[in-house]
Amino acid sequence: MMSPEIVLQTQGLSKQFKRRWAVKDLNLEIFQGDVFGFLGPNGAGKSTTIRMLLSLIRPTSGTIKLFDEPLTVSKHDALRRVGGIVEKPDFYLYLSAFQNLEIVGALYGNVARARMMEVLDLVGLKDRAFDRVKTYSHGMKQRLGIAQALLSDPELVILDEPTSGLDPQGMKEVRDLILYLARDQEKTIFLSSHLLSEIELVANRMAIINRGELIVQGEVSRLLEEGEQYVMIRAEPIRKARAILNRLKKIVRSVSDAGENLKVVMSFDDIPAVNHSLVRGGVAVHAIVPRRSLEEYFLALTEQSLAAGSDMSHSNKSQKK
Amino acid sequence: MSMVRLVRYEAVKTFLKKRTYLGFLIVALIVPIVEVSMKIEGGRFLQAATRSLQQDFILVGNLFNGWFVAHYLMYSLWFHIPLLITFVAGDQLAGEATAGTYRLILTRPVSRTQIFFSKYVVILIYSVMFVAFLALLSIGLAVALLGGGNLLVFDKGILILPEAEVAYRFCAAYIFATWSIVTIASIAFFFSSFVENAIGPIVATMGLLIIFVIVSVLPLEVFEPIRPYLFAKHMNLWQEAFREPIGWKEIGWGMLVLGGYSTAAVVGAWWIFTRKDILS
Repeated sequence: MMSPEIVLQTQGLSKQFKRRWAVKDLNLEIFQGDVFGFLGPNGAGKSTTIRMLLSLIRPTSGTIKLFDEPLTVSKHDALRRVGGIVEKPDFYLYLSAFQNLEIVGALYGNVARARMMEVLDLVGLKDRAFDRVKTYSHGMKQRLGIAQALLSDPELVILDEPTSGLDPQGMKEVRDLILYLARDQEKTIFLSSHLLSEIELVANRMAIINRGELIVQGEVSRLLEEGEQYVMIRAEPIRKARAILNRLKKIVRSVSDAGENLKVVMSFDDIPAVNHSLVRGGVAVHAIVPRRSLEEYFLALTEQSLAAGSDMSHSNKSQKK
Repeated sequence: MSMVRLVRYEAVKTFLKKRTYLGFLIVALIVPIVEVSMKIEGGRFLQAATRSLQQDFILVGNLFNGWFVAHYLMYSLWFHIPLLITFVAGDQLAGEATAGTYRLILTRPVSRTQIFFSKYVVILIYSVMFVAFLALLSIGLAVALLGGGNLLVFDKGILILPEAEVAYRFCAAYIFATWSIVTIASIAFFFSSFVENAIGPIVATMGLLIIFVIVSVLPLEVFEPIRPYLFAKHMNLWQEAFREPIGWKEIGWGMLVLGGYSTAAVVGAWWIFTRKDILS
């Protein structure tokens, strides 16, 4: 079986603003058909990366390949096959959604009126097509942002925090749209977000970035398996529960306090045995909640990264001394 | 990518924006106010202006006419019209940064150079339209209200130009005025290329104009060598059209200097625009 084509590849991609590295030595690979989650906390360098991918800013060093061609060599051909939103979608507010799409369409050469109405219909804005964008809600602007990204029927769709500021229903609609684009329209999606649960729901591959540096990259399912499994236990009396858990050395790897709960690092397979031991020991068990989500994994990684950064900063200070 | 198409959509963006008509609105208010006031005042304005001359000369005929008033209004080309022009020219690039719409247009398969020049062409169109509007309104209304006649011009003396030449001289004057207004627009466009709000280019352009005007008129020898090269020195180029004989040499030099400033401003703006990181 042939391996899928690499749609987007960055090698050693870096961007320095004055003395600060916003992105440093970033190596990404996005394959055809991927819904690629690009995760990172605020200020991690996600938008800077996307701005470089869409040629809004120049990398300080490193290369970007789109469809196997360096972006510097075939920028126009590559950008013709890419659509995107960078940060919050902004428009000419005094123009209608349709006029905004006409302006974007003009930059591609010739986009038919029918295509403009088609993308507006896809995001549920067909009825408001000729209203001025300044009358739109935030959610409608986000949807219009997706519409303009899809206008040229691109192969790669880059979406920077597309659910930012949306209500839960709006977030679900955008997620459903992303899945529709990936499955039914066979588009490759590059989705940045700091909402990790969102990535977990739609992405098949992902990368986590923090402080401009890549922390991990791979298949979401594989990364999940690598993540630490633990359970949150609420029980009374808590001291007795802690003592029992500490005695289960073959099952429990560690026990720590987490507010009114105990955080117990262990395999989910051993939950019945742990529950049995607690009940038999006279502990009232209120809840045992298994936790193994990408969010936890992400938080753990970013916390590690922050700690490393902090250590490094301490180390630098020590060296200065 | 067709430049015609790009210019068309840049024109749509510019001419559907309310700010674009602010200058037109102000001119549409000021010109009738001034001309109707002058009509009401009658010849008293001219009498006051020529009081000292009337001790030695007898001025005959209808010299307080539409041409005289239209010529008087051309002095607004020194400062007022440049200010109004910068409202739009200064916003042309910076406005996209303010609105965040660079992200909408610069991520497409079209070069920044093409987008840049399509925007500049629209500014040229706007400048020409604006000066043409001022010309048509001020001359048309003044002649309609006060009639025609010979044109009395105060310059390094007093000059009365025959009515047969006046239209041609106004036409030439407004062509030269357009050239100087394009220079102002180009400078505002330059400042617009590296800031993210339109106020900066307006203030910077007008500040530069004021400084250069001061340097141009200060009777200090130290500025003598640079004066011919200051664009502000040539903002009154249009006045040459009302001299006898017409100062073609001065016009040629003035147009060269102004053209040099326009070219430098556009090349500088292009250099910045095509290389800048879009962070807005």
